[in-house]
Amino acid sequence: MSFHPKMAYDATFHKSARQLEEEGPAFGYTAENRARFEEIVKRYPPERRRSAVLPALYLAQHQQGYITANAIRHVAELLGITRADVEDVVSYYTMFYTKPVGRFVVNVCRTLSCAINGAERVTEAICTKLAVRPGETDASGTFTVLEVECLGACDRAPVVMVNDAWHENLQPEAAAKLIDDLRARGEAALSGCHHVVERRKDERTGD
Amino acid sequence: MDPVLIAHVREPNSFTLDFYLAHGGYEALKTALTKKPDEIIEMVKASGLRGRGGAGFPTGMKWQFVDKKSEPRYIVCNADESEPGTFKDHLLMERNPHLLVEGCAIGCYGIGAKIAYIYIRGEFYHVQSVLERAIDEAYAKGFLGRNILGSGFDCDVYVHRGAGAYEAGEETALLESLEGKRAQPRNKPPFPAVAGLYGKPSAVNNVETLCNVPVILSKGVEWYTSVGPEKNGGPKLYCVSGHVRNPGVFEASMSVTLRELVDGYAGGVRPGRTLKAVIPGGSSVPILLPDQLDIQASFDAIQKAGSLLGSAAIVVLDDTTCMVWLAQNLLHFYRHESCGKCTPCREGTDWLHKILQRIERGDGQLRDLDLLTGISNNIAGKTLCAFGDAAVTPVLTTLKHFRHEYEAHIRERRCTLPADWRARQPVGAH
Repeated sequence: MSFHPKMAYDATFHKSARQLEEEGPAFGYTAENRARFEEIVKRYPPERRRSAVLPALYLAQHQQGYITANAIRHVAELLGITRADVEDVVSYYTMFYTKPVGRFVVNVCRTLSCAINGAERVTEAICTKLAVRPGETDASGTFTVLEVECLGACDRAPVVMVNDAWHENLQPEAAAKLIDDLRARGEAALSGCHHVVERRKDERTGD
Repeated sequence: MDPVLIAHVREPNSFTLDFYLAHGGYEALKTALTKKPDEIIEMVKASGLRGRGGAGFPTGMKWQFVDKKSEPRYIVCNADESEPGTFKDHLLMERNPHLLVEGCAIGCYGIGAKIAYIYIRGEFYHVQSVLERAIDEAYAKGFLGRNILGSGFDCDVYVHRGAGAYEAGEETALLESLEGKRAQPRNKPPFPAVAGLYGKPSAVNNVETLCNVPVILSKGVEWYTSVGPEKNGGPKLYCVSGHVRNPGVFEASMSVTLRELVDGYAGGVRPGRTLKAVIPGGSSVPILLPDQLDIQASFDAIQKAGSLLGSAAIVVLDDTTCMVWLAQNLLHFYRHESCGKCTPCREGTDWLHKILQRIERGDGQLRDLDLLTGISNNIAGKTLCAFGDAAVTPVLTTLKHFRHEYEAHIRERRCTLPADWRARQPVGAH
């Protein structure tokens, strides 16, 4: 039955657009992650365990690659909050993935300073190389390409963040090479240059 | 002025405790612990230190407002540096993390807090590891923990990692996020000084602000106020990026002019290009034109010129920049980052972005310009936090100074910058 005089109950736009998280396999922290979780929870007042929801979700994502409904249930139980509370957080923050992602998540900054220094050409080079569009995972399931907003290293534009490692002053050709390197050498190719402040200057050719 | 905050950042091992101690590190904390907490607040007040996160509110007053009758109290350090064009806290935490740790400890002592949380943005994972290492070192040497340096003062500093939300940089949204919820702003008042983290009195301070506190203690109030113009004292970090030859973080007093920063420190625009406009304080502030640059880069002087110093993120734009594209790029950012709590901002940023997109690709109409202004005026001032005002600024400021570019886009049904620039420029900046 319908509460609307003219519209059938199952009309498309009456259906919720909300996407439920994948149920996924049974989830529980490994012993190591459980120990880390217990350490993290101690940072907050005992009656405020909810504060640990972001670090707890990072642990889950690290363990499983993405966040499933089962992971949400596990985190909710450990923190003593409802599943809806956790799902609320998961769906809000951009760094939690609710679908499987590749081993390497390539985040290309697209905001102003990077954009005027060629970020779109970097995205283009990476996407062409992997035959994907931004937001997609390549056929081998190794790489996911995302366009993200300002990463906070505008002096070293264009910036690309692969998982948690940064690559700065990255020109399109170098970006394509980075993909090859990652394929060949895995995590070892993730140099980042954040500790080499000296290199920040004058790496750019100045057009 | 010789750099103070980032004097040694280019030296190897500048992030280690040994290096920091060799350069007078933690002396300010020792001095602080010999004084009464109220004296610390008085010193910070007398120094005139203004918050470096964007609003420029006097830090001493903020600390004084913290309700001293209620326990526990908290220092929350805002390290969610997300304003497009800002990267000073990134450098401070990566290369001089002990300065922040010391600032947190002194801040806690001043307002009578026992815990400081540093809320760092999720993308700064590599910075977080440096910071956590610094904190561990400080614990090991007794600069943090129980009974610090035999004074009976206890202080813990924890790093809390965010997960990708620009809005978490707003102080009440940051507190919500720290409490394990969505980063959405709260209604104010009550201000965090009365009811902040967990409803307890809290001081939310930017990284650079807290890094200035040890400097005030070690160099003295007199020195501090003598640096820079009146009411805009102390060393300031400027982030210069965009179309300049030598982008980076530069430390100067606020007597420095915008022109000195752009043409001097940052090396000016690339050869053969001319300066078109400068955004002096991150994407959320009005644009300044090249003839407006001979002003002091201070909170007050830039405000007088019709813009804001904000987070001192100076984005330089040369003549290859299409201003319609610029507004579109920034509105893509704001549309993505709107937290969704207030309807005008959630819906309005999306509308603005759609309209800008269609003007930019050549499908705009002249009436769209009034529509842009109308929507902007219905967002600004009608939201819980300053995000709404920030989001419409790129639209209103480009419309004000570069209306002819919008009109040309609509008339010609394309971007009117010369074609050879388009070929040499990134796709987006055509």
